Amino acid sequence: MPTTYERIAAIIAETASVEPSRITPTAHVINDLGIDSLDFLDIVFAIDKEFGIKVPVEEWTEQVNAGTAPAEQFFVLGPLAERIDELVQGARGSKG
Amino acid sequence: MKLEYFSMLDRIATRDAETLVAEATLPDASPIFEGHFPGFPLLPGVLMIECMAQAGGWLMLARQNFARMPLLAKVGTAKLRGMLRPGARLSISARLTHDGSGYAVMAGRIDSDGQMAAEAEYTLRTLPFPDAALEALVRARGIELGLV
Repeated sequence: MPTTYERIAAIIAETASVEPSRITPTAHVINDLGIDSLDFLDIVFAIDKEFGIKVPVEEWTEQVNAGTAPAEQFFVLGPLAERIDELVQGARGSKG
Repeated sequence: MKLEYFSMLDRIATRDAETLVAEATLPDASPIFEGHFPGFPLLPGVLMIECMAQAGGWLMLARQNFARMPLLAKVGTAKLRGMLRPGARLSISARLTHDGSGYAVMAGRIDSDGQMAAEAEYTLRTLPFPDAALEALVRARGIELGLV
């Protein structure tokens, strides 16, 4: 069964036409992969659907802009996969 | 409808949490019809999409109590099935299919004379209003349309 990171990498490759070899756990979605805001929106939509969650992009962006969280925590693929796992677990907890 | 002002809807007919239906009547005359096309006036397809996008936008404004401004960000698929002529009465609907963080995915359609004239899936991005004056104008227009 693919990991969360692998599922996200597949979404990025397909949605934003990024060469899979460029997608690594240390890649920054925007700075390294060159994904623009509209493609990122499509990626978030695909992640929302794939994992049955609502990725809180607005809240993350506010935290980064306010300096209360580093951008890498949300927009580098390895940490992003961890955030998605947390959201999935949170969604399961709220349903249970 | 005032096409040249991008005022595409006349009245909100019904609304619930995830759907909105608006009514509009195409004007008998407009500079847009003079060019599109001379002697054969038709509502341009891009304005059919604009009609659907505005219906979705008003739905999101109502859902978020005018806290954020919706903007058309993407048209995924669109089928423009019918030709809409001056004077046509339209039913323009929007259905929220996914409410994301800072965006919404919508399904829209236009019916006229009991026939589907257009359908589209599109994405709205929602942003803070750039200033209070625009927010007030949009609120006032929402009241005129019967949204609030």
